[in-house]
Amino acid sequence: MAGHSSLAAVTPGILDVNQVCVTLAGRQILDDVSFTVHAGEFTGLIGPNGAGKTTLLRVILGLQRPASGQVTVLGRPRSVRHQSIGYVPQKLLLDPDMPMRARDLVELGIDGHRYGMRLRSRQRGGAVRAMLHAVDADRFAGARVGNLSGGEQQRVLIAHALISGPRLLLLDEPLANLDLRSGQEIISLLARIAREQQIAVLLSAHEMNPLLPVMDRVVYLAGGRAASGTTDEVVRPEVLSALYGHHVDVLHVHGRVLVVVGPADEAPLAAHPAMQAAACPPAEAG
Amino acid sequence: MHELYRSVFEPGFFASAQVHVAASIGAAVAIVSAVTGVFTVMRGQSFAGHALGDVSAAGGSGALLIGLSPVAGFVGLGIAGAAVMDMIGVSRLRGRDLATGIVLGAAIGLSALFLFLGTTTSATTGATQQILFGSIFTTTSSTIEAVVILGAIAVGSIAAIWRPLLLSTVSLDIAVARGVRVRLVGLLYMLALAVSVGLSSLAIGAILSTALLIGPAAAALRLTKTVTWALAVSCVIGVLATWLGILLAYDSYYWGSAHQSLPVSFFIVGLIFATYLASGLPAARAVSRRRAPALAQAADRDQVAA
Repeated sequence: MAGHSSLAAVTPGILDVNQVCVTLAGRQILDDVSFTVHAGEFTGLIGPNGAGKTTLLRVILGLQRPASGQVTVLGRPRSVRHQSIGYVPQKLLLDPDMPMRARDLVELGIDGHRYGMRLRSRQRGGAVRAMLHAVDADRFAGARVGNLSGGEQQRVLIAHALISGPRLLLLDEPLANLDLRSGQEIISLLARIAREQQIAVLLSAHEMNPLLPVMDRVVYLAGGRAASGTTDEVVRPEVLSALYGHHVDVLHVHGRVLVVVGPADEAPLAAHPAMQAAACPPAEAG
Repeated sequence: MHELYRSVFEPGFFASAQVHVAASIGAAVAIVSAVTGVFTVMRGQSFAGHALGDVSAAGGSGALLIGLSPVAGFVGLGIAGAAVMDMIGVSRLRGRDLATGIVLGAAIGLSALFLFLGTTTSATTGATQQILFGSIFTTTSSTIEAVVILGAIAVGSIAAIWRPLLLSTVSLDIAVARGVRVRLVGLLYMLALAVSVGLSSLAIGAILSTALLIGPAAAALRLTKTVTWALAVSCVIGVLATWLGILLAYDSYYWGSAHQSLPVSFFIVGLIFATYLASGLPAARAVSRRRAPALAQAADRDQVAA
């Protein structure tokens, strides 16, 4: 996978995040965040709770305006963004009382944003069936979505997000409510979809180990700042120490990676030279 | 056979002009309520629906006071109330109960004032009863047209925002990310709801309008798997309950020796309540059937984990 980063430098990305800063209520949430996501790649957006992952996804979706910096999707800022991004929000549990079958929810992904009603057609039915098949959801296509398990609902939501043919798929903590096995199934499904359909997948998680086998690149967020690259480039003590501003140990145990952040009362480290450029405007007093 | 027929349909039922008007208005109102009601239940906005009923009451009693038609009052103030609720923040989940509660309180206060003034200055003692508990038998046939037109506007609005409304009901986040103007869609839905509640205030009364809005829809949502079917079943339940309620109220005149009809709203709401309870039976059976294998699976998982 090491070859990826050099390739990345020359091909334009599906998603370009460039020096993005976000201030909410006088607090700096994102501080000069830059990275690029390419077609067919699986990128993990990793960071502890409160690191700014959801805010970053909202900026990418165009729901949160950055204080400075730009986000371009397929080389274009904002305008047609919602047509080229598929989105699976976090903690979405569908109401068991909602009279909607898995296939109805996927069909709503085709043109649910358009006004008016739409009759079912054979062509749409075929597209929905193919999409449900692609996410291994054939067997519960006719079940009420609210009655499905968390992993099954995730599959249906992924199908819903993909059926309109986006080039970028954003998933906000999709593994949060899943048991280990369902989580692994979802991850390998997403990795397969990314490669087969040449879609860029950006998935946020606070735990990176389940993603290690499939992750092409990692964007590591801590305290609003980001480091990106391959796992080997980013998940290193010196890079993460600079990000957290504290001494960080990276332990490799039985093929798993453990990031251990030093106690907060330790003297903070000087910022890593690569991150010193303060590109963000000063936060207004809140 | 003839005796049985006569005991079900008391003399003059089908010939009565009042019954014709009541049946027409009742059916139109039931259908409009069923359509908006399905979304109201799915969106968890029953409280907003109820509050709009109270706003309608203020409108109806205000109209009475200044000599306007009650429909104009019910629907007119209902729309204004919906707009205010939307402005205060009914679209935000957290602000929703607050916005609703504030508007509801103000509306009931106004009703109290208008009804007091209306019933003390003119001698219309039945007005309070009519505004709060319905006037389907005393409505004139000239109102049918207004009811049908307003109802068609409400149903048409829902049809126009059908897909984005459904999407934002499933998930506001997804809808916003897809570029749906959720504020606009939410406002249009609230206006359709206000019209629907206003019309049902006319039929079964402002206080009881929630029953016709929520009851058939809630029962239908238990019985069906798709929104379209829920809508159809909800319409059928609403119309049948309304018609049967009208029949029972008409018949009730002959029941005792007192020769006084019982209020039609009581029968309609009673039938809807009974239907809702009955709709729980198949749903409960389905749940217990589903739960049994699910529990077995959970037990398996626990064993594996252990």
